[in-house]
Amino acid sequence: MTQMLSLHRAPWFWAWMAAFAAFLATWSLSVGGGGGGMALLVAALTFGSFSVLTGLGQMLVITMGPGNTDLSIPATMTLAATLSLKLMGGMTGPVALIVLAGLAAALLIGAAVGVANFTLIRLLRIPPIIATLSASFLYQSLAIWSNRGLRIKPPEVLADFTTGRALLGMPNLAWAALAVSVGFWVLLNRSGFGRRVSAIGQNPRAARLAGVPVARISAMTYVICATMAGLTGFLLACFSGGAALNMGAEFLLMSIAVTVIGGSSIAGGNSNVPGIWAGALFMYLIVSMLNSYGLGAGVRLLLTGVIIIAIVAAASGRKG
Amino acid sequence: MGTQMTNRTGANAPAPAIVRLDGAGKAFGPVKALDHVDLLISPGECLGLVGHNGAGKSTLVNLITGLFAPSQGRVDYPGAEGPLAAGIRAISQEGTLCPNLTVLENLSVVQRDLTGPGWRARAAGRIGRALDAVFPGHRIRPEALVHDMTLAEQQMVEIAIGFSEGATPARLVVLDEPTSSLDASIAAQLLAHVRRFCAEGGAVVFISHMMGEIFDVATRIVVMRDGRNIADRPADAFTRQSLVDAMGHVAADDHSDSSAATAPRNLGDRAKAILRTPEGIEARKGEIVGLAGLAGHGQAEALARFYLSQSSDWRGAADPRAAFVAGDRRRDGVMPVWSIRRNLSLAMLDRLTRSGLIDQHRETEIGESWRKRIGIRTPDMGNPILSLSGGNQQKALFARALATTAPVIVMDDPMRGVDIGTKTEVYEMIRQEAAQGRTFLWYSTEMDEIRNCDRVFVFRDGAISAELEGDQITEENVLAASFEFGETAA
Repeated sequence: MTQMLSLHRAPWFWAWMAAFAAFLATWSLSVGGGGGGMALLVAALTFGSFSVLTGLGQMLVITMGPGNTDLSIPATMTLAATLSLKLMGGMTGPVALIVLAGLAAALLIGAAVGVANFTLIRLLRIPPIIATLSASFLYQSLAIWSNRGLRIKPPEVLADFTTGRALLGMPNLAWAALAVSVGFWVLLNRSGFGRRVSAIGQNPRAARLAGVPVARISAMTYVICATMAGLTGFLLACFSGGAALNMGAEFLLMSIAVTVIGGSSIAGGNSNVPGIWAGALFMYLIVSMLNSYGLGAGVRLLLTGVIIIAIVAAASGRKG
Repeated sequence: MGTQMTNRTGANAPAPAIVRLDGAGKAFGPVKALDHVDLLISPGECLGLVGHNGAGKSTLVNLITGLFAPSQGRVDYPGAEGPLAAGIRAISQEGTLCPNLTVLENLSVVQRDLTGPGWRARAAGRIGRALDAVFPGHRIRPEALVHDMTLAEQQMVEIAIGFSEGATPARLVVLDEPTSSLDASIAAQLLAHVRRFCAEGGAVVFISHMMGEIFDVATRIVVMRDGRNIADRPADAFTRQSLVDAMGHVAADDHSDSSAATAPRNLGDRAKAILRTPEGIEARKGEIVGLAGLAGHGQAEALARFYLSQSSDWRGAADPRAAFVAGDRRRDGVMPVWSIRRNLSLAMLDRLTRSGLIDQHRETEIGESWRKRIGIRTPDMGNPILSLSGGNQQKALFARALATTAPVIVMDDPMRGVDIGTKTEVYEMIRQEAAQGRTFLWYSTEMDEIRNCDRVFVFRDGAISAELEGDQITEENVLAASFEFGETAA
């Protein structure tokens, strides 16, 4: 009984309810029954994984409080994907080595972007939203300049992995995202780093006066976020058969939306990992539901917006 | 009793009073900021208003200007409908100019008749004449943005707006710490103008912590304490000493109960200071060092600078060199989302983590032991910190600092809004910790806390004006050093 009560109070509860409802609604529309449900679930998990991976990083940044948002995620994804695929395309040798080199390159590019973002924010005292947004033009230009319109295919083994379903019929990508999520949950709830991120989000001045090394924690947060964007870009490029310049576009707002829908506080200090999954699945399902109704793009976007507002309003009303 | 001492100075002047307070008082909830004050201000008077922080000076001013309605008694403006029609103007301490507007536009904010075609020319005339009259030789352009001006120029503009012509001429101008950012020569110009203004039949209420200025301009001095005017006499009836005595008299029982606390302790040679700040604060191991003086004279800034110099923005430390206890809990201390336990353990996280992960079992143990030790009144340290009363939140913040291994504890007036029971408990704990070799830097605005200290540095205008030790730590000495006399204080 008490467990039921505390479950009901969890910040991600309503997001999961909404995701579940969206699943049922979409499923009931698709003719055919059982098989359709499975296909829908796989699709939701596959596409949701990308939202989860970017959302986790964005959530960490948003937890640091008002003004902290990373708008360079799409450009970072493109840059990391372009450069790592180019690297792998030009390599010869054992496949494992090529794959590892590609992955390492994507992560390192992400980390470098994070360092660059934080440097702009810290040294030039530019608000994070402006700094990451303007820097993202730089990253995007680097990506354009380096690939010159060529579309390099990912190594076959990576293409197979990202589209495959090796375990329990669930997409490999979802398993990977789940593993990363568990890591984030530990980081956020059990580590000193997570505590300090939350402290900065609640009151940066008080955190500094309590001995929190604010600059280091913020730097790490931006680096982790950009690294996640690099990883997502890498996986998405392998999944979709190559990097594209606009491949990250939808993740700018998606990463913020899943964080907010998942019950993390936009005011900072309070965030949770399960909500990210609910938010990501919900966002995918709601779009496919509206698609199944055969609605036009305009109406679809309008309804998506209205539904997001309703969820966030319901969730914040519950807190009050 | 004290209020009976009011001299009916108004009786000497034939002109009717500009403002009359009749048993006026103002309460904010249970706090009586002003209690039954009788006051009469007549044309030609310059009233010096003195008193310690929180004595009720600002509340009195706000009643005079009509910003607050009295919750007791009456405030009258004989011959006028209200404070505005009575020609009452106030220049506040903090500065109320809009930085994004020009001098002219700021004037038009308060003088609402400056509208329509040609208002700029009329405004420029008014402010220009006022500035020329008060501060001859000033170099302020009326079209300049306030934002681009120095602090002193902003203060000059504000004062000039107070004295400028308007739809209703200025009859009573309240100046609250008007010289705080002015240098000596400009301040002298202002004082000369105040005397001129009063000689021409205007009235001024002059608030300052610079005793020299008060004696320079005031024809009458009102001393405030604990929300009452306890003395109201012609300025020449006061000496500097009697004025300080009047401000700082403390009830006799206050002296007795804390005198035992400050038995001199053997702290060793003064040369063995373990810390020295750029301001000149020194402390030895195990010493309780007090920072006294009027609020806002640089004590909190000195403490914050010291703490920030001892801790890093980049490195967390398992053994911090200092720990900080916030006085402004909401701004500097409490993490509102968290439980009491998490709030408590924040400063010692590096001692609780093993390979990056927090040992939650130990965290719970430490939380529980501090709950008992410092007496945080809660059944469960996992409850939200905001479920506690202010005093208990403060205890949790004390525990946060004391639970670290820091040899120096920095306290920024931490007892604000704390009840007397909690205070006594915390004083006792501070003495115990000091006896075990911890050093305390303690800024306080309350005299009974300052008496707990081994050594006291009194601050005035951001610098140390006196260093007191042992028997010298008396309210009289602290007050004498808090106020500017224009000559060396005792």
